[in-house]
Amino acid sequence: MEVLSLLIPVSLGLGGLGLLAFVWAMRTHQFDDPEGDARRILDDRWDDRPRD
Amino acid sequence: MTDLSACPACAAGPAAAEVARAAQRAEPARLMLSVPGAHCAACIATLEEGLARVPGVRSARVNLTLRRVAVEAEPWVTAADLIPAAARLGYQAHELDAGMLAASETDAEGRDLLMRLAVAFFAMMNVMLLSVAVWSGAEAATRDLFHWISGAIALPTVAFSGQPFFRSAWGALRQWRANMDVPISLALVLASTVSLFETVHSGRHAYFDAVVMLTFFLLGGRYLDHRTRAAARSAARELAALEVPRALRLSEGQETVVPVADLRPGDLVRVLPGARVPADGMVEEGTSEIDRSLLTGETLPAFAGRGTRLMAGEVNLTGPLTLRVTAAGRDSALSRIADLVAVAEAGRGRFRSISDRAVRFYTPFVHSAAFLTFLGWFWSTADLRLSLNTAAAVLIITCPCALGLAVPAVLTAASGRLFRAGLLVKDGTALERLAEVDTVVFDKTGTLTLGRPEPTNHAAHPQRVRELALALARGSAHPLARALAEALAAEGVRPAAVEALHEVPGHGVEATFRGQRVRFGRAAWVGAPGEAGSSTAAWLRAGDGPALRFTFADSLRPGAADLVAALTAAGREVHLLSGDAEGPVADLAARLGIARFRAGVLPEEKAAEVTRLKAAGRRVLMVGDGLNDTAALAAAHVSISPASALDAARTASDVVLIGQSLAPVAEALAVARRAVGLMRGNIVISNLYNLVAVPVAVLGHATPLAAAIAMSASSITVTLNALRLRR
Repeated sequence: MEVLSLLIPVSLGLGGLGLLAFVWAMRTHQFDDPEGDARRILDDRWDDRPRD
Repeated sequence: MTDLSACPACAAGPAAAEVARAAQRAEPARLMLSVPGAHCAACIATLEEGLARVPGVRSARVNLTLRRVAVEAEPWVTAADLIPAAARLGYQAHELDAGMLAASETDAEGRDLLMRLAVAFFAMMNVMLLSVAVWSGAEAATRDLFHWISGAIALPTVAFSGQPFFRSAWGALRQWRANMDVPISLALVLASTVSLFETVHSGRHAYFDAVVMLTFFLLGGRYLDHRTRAAARSAARELAALEVPRALRLSEGQETVVPVADLRPGDLVRVLPGARVPADGMVEEGTSEIDRSLLTGETLPAFAGRGTRLMAGEVNLTGPLTLRVTAAGRDSALSRIADLVAVAEAGRGRFRSISDRAVRFYTPFVHSAAFLTFLGWFWSTADLRLSLNTAAAVLIITCPCALGLAVPAVLTAASGRLFRAGLLVKDGTALERLAEVDTVVFDKTGTLTLGRPEPTNHAAHPQRVRELALALARGSAHPLARALAEALAAEGVRPAAVEALHEVPGHGVEATFRGQRVRFGRAAWVGAPGEAGSSTAAWLRAGDGPALRFTFADSLRPGAADLVAALTAAGREVHLLSGDAEGPVADLAARLGIARFRAGVLPEEKAAEVTRLKAAGRRVLMVGDGLNDTAALAAAHVSISPASALDAARTASDVVLIGQSLAPVAEALAVARRAVGLMRGNIVISNLYNLVAVPVAVLGHATPLAAAIAMSASSITVTLNALRLRR
């Protein structure tokens, strides 16, 4: 049962990490255009060099 | 009509372009266009690259979800430069007011709800993990420890994520009313308190998992609801600013750009070709032709010369006019029609939506069930702790998770689907009202037709005549001339070499061809034998030769014929009400197979006709675009207008058609019917769960595990049911 004292904080910490990642994503407008972002993968304009 | 109003500067020559630029100079260089046709990866690349090549544009970025392009550009670039560029790329575009959009883009309330939702999700997952251990048989100290940790996560979560419910419930209670948030808040608070009490006293059951799950599912419903309404609000906002409310005032020979609101009777204003008349007035100087179609539905342009009375909202076509203002602002004809709208809207009454009705029945039921359970148990056992525990279980089990999700989930799926089909649903209850429609009333000009003439007999003329006609037609911005020039150019006709080409505003175009005077324009001016028949025509005459007639017909809006056929086949009554003359209206009705039509209808008569149909028990859908339709749009049970419609008409309607085709209207009716069916189904499903769960809870057999299963199962069922609408 001693392992619980390790596992519970670990599970909380991992969950918290996910929450922080979500907060970051929302603050930086990652959800503004989900449909467009999905389609942009197919865009071949900057395949050979990154956009400046 | 669309091209005229969308691009005043192109038609108006350098003077107007200069004015437009001067007016825009102070505005930020961030432009926003609505591009309803964009739908694929290739569209993104084409639009972004194509617009970036327009001089002065720094960058363009497509947002495919919202079907918009954001353009960063030099300060002198206007939407009038970008819209033709988008059209050349094959995309119809409308300008949106970037300043107004900025407010809806940030959407503080939506982000706030999403943040609370994320916190609730995090808490739900962690508490559930601990609860599973308790349900599978953790005992004594372990169970207490897990309850304490659960409580430490759940209580702050409820305090943070539950705030939208607490605030709304408190607001309702202060006015001695009860809304759906009152039982929700009561359940959250009571369940938290009871669970904390049980934890302190090493009790067997704690409902922390149920509390956070409840918060999560209900917030989910709340967020969907918010998104649908926010989309409706921003749709109304982005449509609000299509026309720039400015006028050119003449004082002491100087032209100044002033807001339309500053015009006073007696002012002199200049109306350039392609521009909208800003106020009612009398022409002092200049001759031109006037397009009245948006106000009256007439398709034929009317002549305007010294002494002609003009009304705000009409479009000046060919020559510059100087106007003495007789009535501006509130007194103008435009505002009088707006008053008609206010009267019609007041008559519409409040529509009680499905969820309104469900809540009205639900709230008292839940409260009395929980209270009676408490009384019953206390009376039979005299155990306060046990009675409170059971009452809390009843509140949690009956809590409207599924009910809170049932309607918003369907509405979100339906409006998302309609958006992809090219329809903006502005009002949340519009779908429910659309589903009840049994009668459809159409306007003619600009709704069933594009309000744009198309030459009908140009192919019948000999090649030499067509070359000459093209040469002359190219010299004018008049809609008939433009339509003819476009049609001839599309057939590969080369213009004849004419000299001294010039426009005589209000009459036509004149030029010299091989030493002969050639005229193209109105019958009387050309010297033709009078206007014959009802159809629109322009005449061409070279020297003393015979006058040749070019006839035009208003082109049908794409999808109109199919829509009318589909509506008739579905057994809905179709009416046509137009302000235009008898001839063209009867023609169109015959072409589309509409048996019930009336011509020459005044705006008040349109609204009266709609009201009469309503009084006869019919549920009327009004489809119209003009100012003369506005009152009828507001009076109807539900209304649709195309994006090319006037502001007032779009504001008065519940649904706006973004693309050109009318075909999505049929889909809207079908989707609305299915959506209402699914909403009803969802409410039945969530009630079924309650029907089974409530007796169990009242008898005291509900464990936290049972509550968790019932709650998540019903919520997931209704959400999946709603998602069926997507295909």
